[in-house]
Amino acid sequence: MVEWTAEERSIISEIFSKLDYDDVGPKCLSRCLIVYPWTQRYFGGFGNLYNAEAILSNPMIAAHGITVLHGLDRALNNMDDIKNTYTQLSELHSEKLHVDPTNFTLLADCLTIVIAAKMGTNFTPDMQAAWQKFLSVVVSALGRQYH
Amino acid sequence: MSLSAKDKKNVVDFFGQVGGKAAEIGNDALSRMIVVYPQTKTYFSHWKDLSPGSADVKRHGLTVMTGVLDAVDKIDDLVGGLLSLSELHAFTLRVDPGNFKILSHCLLVVLAGMFPAEFSPEVHVAVDKFLAKVALALSEKYR
Repeated sequence: MVEWTAEERSIISEIFSKLDYDDVGPKCLSRCLIVYPWTQRYFGGFGNLYNAEAILSNPMIAAHGITVLHGLDRALNNMDDIKNTYTQLSELHSEKLHVDPTNFTLLADCLTIVIAAKMGTNFTPDMQAAWQKFLSVVVSALGRQYH
Repeated sequence: MSLSAKDKKNVVDFFGQVGGKAAEIGNDALSRMIVVYPQTKTYFSHWKDLSPGSADVKRHGLTVMTGVLDAVDKIDDLVGGLLSLSELHAFTLRVDPGNFKILSHCLLVVLAGMFPAEFSPEVHVAVDKFLAKVALALSEKYR
């Protein structure tokens, strides 16, 4: 089981309490599709992804970014058993969506960068450490049902 | 994954704008790396103080950032331009190349935090590609 210090829990809660899902979600997913263009392979039915401008103004991508970001809520609410919290989502990503789990880390890195851009100097090294630990646990849980 | 003309322009323009803050960027990136990825501390056992913003970290952050800015100037021939730095890393420092990726990530986080308006997705991809090429040039002489 993952051990969380009181400080880490507090940092994670704080970041989520300030999180504007409707802004960060779209920014995170669109940045991932622009910075790592091969991730577009999973979004064939999402309309125009031809260039950065198209991706940034694509309403389907924006909506999906919000959905994906809310996927983190279950980890926030079950920090002591993130592993099992993601069993079904892991199966979904493996069996139905066929997403290479390497992509989870790419998206996580983009999320960290979007949050850093929003929080500026308030996103201290200690906060970054706790946040990246949280994301790596989620990423690991999402990869567990792959076989 | 090579740098397009647009990528190079984005990199040169962006670092032209932010290069004046090299000391601050380097210090923040290195401090973050040490805190977020504690395994990197193993390369600095000779330092007195590994805490964020310490004199050792500040000094070395500037050294590293000066190297990055130098690489920007040599963007058209990174392997040739960074030859002596590559030899330094290969034969003297022997930093495991996996750590270049770690430091690059910390640099991106710092750049996003300090320059949110300038660090657009297109600048982000260009800088990410550039840093990957720098890392490759630095590991050129490893084996």
